[in-house]
Amino acid sequence: MNKLVAIAGGSTLVYAGLALLMGVLPGITLSQTPAGPGVNPLTLIEAEGRDVYVANGCSYCHTQQVRPLTQDKVFGRPSAPGDFAYQTPELLGSERTGPDLTNIGARQPSAVWQYIHLYNPRAVVPESIMPSFSWMFDVVDKAPAGITPVPLPKAYAPANGVVVPSSEAQALLAYLMSLKQTAWQENKTTAGTPPAPSERPATTSLAATQAPSAGASAPTISGYDAAKGKQLFSANCSVCHQETGEGLAGAFPPLKNNAVVNDANPGAHIHNVLFGLEGVPVDGVKYESAMPPFSTVLNDADIAAIVNYERSSWGNHGKLVTAQDVAAERAKGK
Amino acid sequence: MQPAAHPSSVLKQKDLELARVFAAYTISATAWLVFATFIGILLAYKFGAPDFGSGAWLTFGRLRPIHTNATFYGWASIALVGLAYYVAVRSCRTQLYSVRLAWVGLWLFNIAAIAGTIALDLGYNDGNLEYREWPWPIRLIFLSALLVTAWNLVGTVARRTTDDIYLSNWYTMGGVLWTCIIAVVAILPWYQYGLGQVAVSGYYMHNAVGMWFTPLALGIFYYALPKLLSRPIYSYALGVFAFWTNLVFYPIIGSHHFLFSPLPWWLQTTAIVFSVAMLVPVLGGSANFLLTMRGRFGQMRESYPLAFIFVGVIGYLVGSSQGTVEAFRSMQAVWHFTNYTVGHSHLTMYGFVNFAVWGCIYALLPAATGKYPGQAGLALHFWMALVGSFIYVLSLSIGGTIQGLNWIQGSPFIQSVVDMGPFHVWRGVGGILMFLSHVVFAWNVWCMTYGPSARAAPLVPALARDDTA
Ligand code: HEC
Ligand code: HEC
Ligand code: HEM
Ligand code: HEM
Repeated sequence: MNKLVAIAGGSTLVYAGLALLMGVLPGITLSQTPAGPGVNPLTLIEAEGRDVYVANGCSYCHTQQVRPLTQDKVFGRPSAPGDFAYQTPELLGSERTGPDLTNIGARQPSAVWQYIHLYNPRAVVPESIMPSFSWMFDVVDKAPAGITPVPLPKAYAPANGVVVPSSEAQALLAYLMSLKQTAWQENKTTAGTPPAPSERPATTSLAATQAPSAGASAPTISGYDAAKGKQLFSANCSVCHQETGEGLAGAFPPLKNNAVVNDANPGAHIHNVLFGLEGVPVDGVKYESAMPPFSTVLNDADIAAIVNYERSSWGNHGKLVTAQDVAAERAKGK
Repeated sequence: MQPAAHPSSVLKQKDLELARVFAAYTISATAWLVFATFIGILLAYKFGAPDFGSGAWLTFGRLRPIHTNATFYGWASIALVGLAYYVAVRSCRTQLYSVRLAWVGLWLFNIAAIAGTIALDLGYNDGNLEYREWPWPIRLIFLSALLVTAWNLVGTVARRTTDDIYLSNWYTMGGVLWTCIIAVVAILPWYQYGLGQVAVSGYYMHNAVGMWFTPLALGIFYYALPKLLSRPIYSYALGVFAFWTNLVFYPIIGSHHFLFSPLPWWLQTTAIVFSVAMLVPVLGGSANFLLTMRGRFGQMRESYPLAFIFVGVIGYLVGSSQGTVEAFRSMQAVWHFTNYTVGHSHLTMYGFVNFAVWGCIYALLPAATGKYPGQAGLALHFWMALVGSFIYVLSLSIGGTIQGLNWIQGSPFIQSVVDMGPFHVWRGVGGILMFLSHVVFAWNVWCMTYGPSARAAPLVPALARDDTA
């Protein structure tokens, strides 16, 4: 009997101690992490949306933690302890089959895009392997007052009627829009905060960093970096305007043969990319959704590369621009 | 079931009861294996055909936790508990403390797994916290099954007629008792807010695999391997040493699931240090098993159970060493969040735990029931499972590395999705072989229990009590 007590009891006692030390105690301490400045609790509808997110296992494909690594810069600044004060359940995730969503509300604020994408991701990203969540939408003859039907491309739209988001989809959208990072805070309250990215040697170099960096060398007009332009376009613009530049009829305008893009004066083109556009007809068509501003996301050289890529692709023949042109337009302000 | 020997005495009656319990646990576990890996195939298929089965009930995010929880708590847990009971009774040369409790436990495990599966499919998911997604009331049912099992297992060992407690029982009793604590820590909510919950998740994920499946699988190795070879374990002392080091190091490494996260940096570093220290019990344990087999590896040609166990030992060694390498920050910078991790999960849970369970069932269940699977069935099961899982793990390891490098190079995200395409197809190919092997396994289990034995019961009564330790 004594042997049994020693082996079963002894090891269980040791284990209980370790479970307290490595599970419960860190849990107690870290549960008290104060919210970072500007981090707020979720509203009712946002919390409902989070339940939809959890019920359908979005976090098996999407993380919500930005690491202090160069390759994670595209997803925002590194996550800080204070970001998670109101995140229960925690949805940090362990796999990135799809992109990190920590800052998706800022990166992709267009409700129209989000709805089309949720209805069927392949309508906007043909290579996507994300499931379709079409059951969160209703097909009705006529959209009820105050609700705009989702402008689906023909190939994905039902034969009859229009598609409107159900309350589930609306809550989910509200939650996605709530996922916005606050400005970087030096969180000194938690002793164990990982060092800020600048203090740590970068493990890797990132070819196309999207963080604004002043003084990037401007490509000359004749030799603009086409590969870089294409890559930046794919990363930032193609989900709406599509790789073909043809946009999605009724949702996002084509840039192919677009008047502004082919205009000899690049002012409007650059301005729209920097500061976005809303409610302005494009080539005679009015769009429900908005063009998001990129002035805080991309630096002058990057915007010049994208603008030049658009101006010289899909049969377009716009005059090319320089980073200085972008800087000048940026200086003019909105 | 058809008794192989006449229940002519009380002793025989007890043996028969034990055989029934063992068989029932195995059959029930097998049903879960076939179900859960069918879901696995469906998931793998969805990577190539995301619009397939796109209703709410068949959506990826609901099926995935069904797959993981059903393999963990339906298949592996139930199978291991059945084996643990049998090993406890035989190695202690006694009888089950309570046959009734064993049945109660089996029902509780199954009720929990069925309720959990239904709940997840309806969208009741407890926060997407991996491996504890079942709503907490259902996890309480699972906890009660664990408590019943712990009581029964400890009670059985307490009734032993041997003086010593054979090593196997250290691991199995320990595993069940510790897991009761894991389950309680995972359920209580008071210290699980925000980042606090992240710390608990890290703790939970690795303790579920490291303090539940690992000790149970190792425990049954310590019984079945000497039994198959009719020679004692190479070093009993080394086994005891591995037991204590495993106990002390494993619970500390949980945070390696959240490297580079906002968890305190020192917590992450501690986890990495002990992930390296884990080499001690892993190398010690594997060496012990391999040395027990020394000079007898050729015997695998005749004995499939031995071959299964050998693969299991190698899976333990390779999978865990891989884990240590994966835990370094420099490696995590590439592999974290990629399919490489999924490869590791299957190398360990499949290459180690599954092969361990299969080897031990094939080694021990016929001894309990007196019925045997056919050689062809064994061969089919072994080779399809081995080749299938090899393809599965290899394709995800290569693909996952490419995925990680893509991100480092700063390619648009979708590039990593496109580049994984062919590897996801290969994973599916491996997965189909694995699934087919499980169907064959189910047939073999049938042969070993209610169905037609492929071999006449040996003249020496199978139920003869034998000692191994
Ligand atoms: C099978 C894995 C999978 C699941 C499950 C999944 N996604 Fe995705 N998701 C992806 C992939 C892959 C992409 C990248 C391609 C694309 O944009 O469609 C993506 C992209 C996204 C994007 C755009 C991100 C960006 O940076 O442009 C959003 C938003 C998103 N998913 C939301 C969700 C939500 C909400 C759910 C749950 C209802 C969900 N996803 C479930 C795989 C998944
Ligand atoms: C969320 C979807 C979305 C994304 C992402 C997006 N756009 Fe737009 N874009 C639009 C919409 C919608 C309009 C039309 C707005 C309007 O008419 O009011 C538009 C308009 C434009 C126009 C103006 C065309 C004209 O004739 O005035 C240009 C130029 C443009 N986008 C370029 C870009 C570039 C460059 C990027 C990437 C850096 C980009 N867009 C990313 C949705 C998007
Ligand atoms: C010394 C032993 C081991 C070490 C150091 C180790 C290390 C790791 C690490 C670092 C990860 C995280 C990978 C990532 O997210 O990038 C991981 C994940 C995992 N490991 Fe291990 N491992 C070990 C043994 C095992 C064993 C024996 C099993 C199974 C019985 C196992 C099962 C898993 C599973 C299922 C995951 C995936 C968790 C998830 O993200 O959902 N590991 N392991
Ligand atoms: C036919 C055999 C199997 C197939 C085809 C299969 C397929 C899959 C798929 C497609 C996923 C999702 C991966 C992702 O989200 O990227 C997965 C996850 C998982 N499976 Fe399996 N599986 C099989 C058998 C098993 C078995 C037998 C076990 C355990 C004993 C298991 C344990 C897991 C675990 C732990 C995960 C989560 C991995 C992680 O988070 O890292 N699988 N499986």
